[in-house]
Amino acid sequence: MNDENKNVGQQFDRLPATDDDRKVEGRASREAVVDFFTERFGIDPAVFENFSFWEKGKGKIWIFADDVPNPIRVEGLGMTVLRTRQEHWKPTQSAIQRFGPHASRNIIELDGEAAATFVRGEDQELDWEGDWGYLIAAHSLGGEREPIGVGLYVYGELRSTVPKGNREELSPP
Amino acid sequence: MNPLERYAPLIDDYDAFLAACERPLPSVVRVNTIKVDPARARRALDKEGIDYEPVDWHDHLLRLPEASPGTNWPYFHGWLHGQEEVSAVPALALDPQPGEKIWDSCAAPGSKTTQLSALMDDRGLVVGNDNNLGRLSSLRHNAERLGVTNLVVTKQDGRNYSLKPFGFEEFDRAIVDAPCSCEGTVRKNPTTLEEWTLEHVHSVAAVQKGILSRAVQATKPGGTVVYSTCTFAPEENEAVVDHVLETEDCAVVAFDPPLDSVSGVTEWEGDSYDPSVTDTHRIYPHLNDTGGFYCAKLEVGR
Repeated sequence: MNDENKNVGQQFDRLPATDDDRKVEGRASREAVVDFFTERFGIDPAVFENFSFWEKGKGKIWIFADDVPNPIRVEGLGMTVLRTRQEHWKPTQSAIQRFGPHASRNIIELDGEAAATFVRGEDQELDWEGDWGYLIAAHSLGGEREPIGVGLYVYGELRSTVPKGNREELSPP
Repeated sequence: MNPLERYAPLIDDYDAFLAACERPLPSVVRVNTIKVDPARARRALDKEGIDYEPVDWHDHLLRLPEASPGTNWPYFHGWLHGQEEVSAVPALALDPQPGEKIWDSCAAPGSKTTQLSALMDDRGLVVGNDNNLGRLSSLRHNAERLGVTNLVVTKQDGRNYSLKPFGFEEFDRAIVDAPCSCEGTVRKNPTTLEEWTLEHVHSVAAVQKGILSRAVQATKPGGTVVYSTCTFAPEENEAVVDHVLETEDCAVVAFDPPLDSVSGVTEWEGDSYDPSVTDTHRIYPHLNDTGGFYCAKLEVGR
């Protein structure tokens, strides 16, 4: 098997346009990544039109504002957006903060106390009528709704996925 | 002996200079326009009861007299980033445009790099390079937190930087915010001067010359290169610019910095520099109540 057909951990590979174009087994396609954000969160695919998508490491997807030769060996290419190659794809906090304002569904709005609990990295029991799975946790800030990060809703509980290094002790806004 | 004494002959009001160096630095944040507009960020700070003063020369900069800039909601959302007021100058001097290709040779930890991305509306390409893996990880972390998507991070020695991975030959603009003896950060790190040696000044100046030369070579004809340091030593400032004026095809371009400054010096300890270095800028701490800084703008020969 040559490099073209396998995932090489040290380099960034551009995602194939569609699943039919795929050469590396298990690699997500650009179409599937955009569909994920559209289907799960209602983000208009046009939002992603002028970006390229890349994989480095198994399943870590990066979004990049420009384009570069494929593959490329560099330390970083744009911003991480999604973790694939697992049963449920998981968006990153940075992706949700950057592109979440375009979302229209699977957004759980937190009041002040709940938002503070969430950014401390703590799980909490909350009512939610919608789908289980990854949700955009949002609150009101500066007069508008603003996404905070990614929560996993299961069994009546919102689990915070705020990364350890980003957790903060903040007063309710 | 305080190493700053060697600069007494260069500074008009040396006592005011020394007094400013002994005061702690005000805490300043830059509003990250990739994620929020400045008016909304200010509303959010108002609502949280966090005091701030707008910086009069730039509506994206806010002084926070009391709060620790890292612990509030706007910061958590990546709306704010701690950045010394004077360090916002070189990116503005570079004036990068959306869609361009920019090289930031010494990027970590990334406050200037992410400012470049914001100035470009996060479109085009910023190549943020550094040669230290630990510092690169803070660059990556900061860029991610601020929602930057147009940054490529590389780990190379800036002095012989290769553009090979990118499939293009030259950048539109480059910024060299060089590693330096950091004398101008004394208000933030009072121990800086205890470690000061003239040998270090000379060895770091050799590195600065190498990186700035490479930046001129890697930038297109007519393109802009900005050189900056946070130090006062002419060996690391005017002498470095003078060196590339001699060895590379480029010229100093006059620019009007948004803060009070004085002209670069043409003579220092028996050496003399190209007269055009008077169009480069020294920013002393007492002039604007900031850290110390040096900034030069160059144009690559056509």
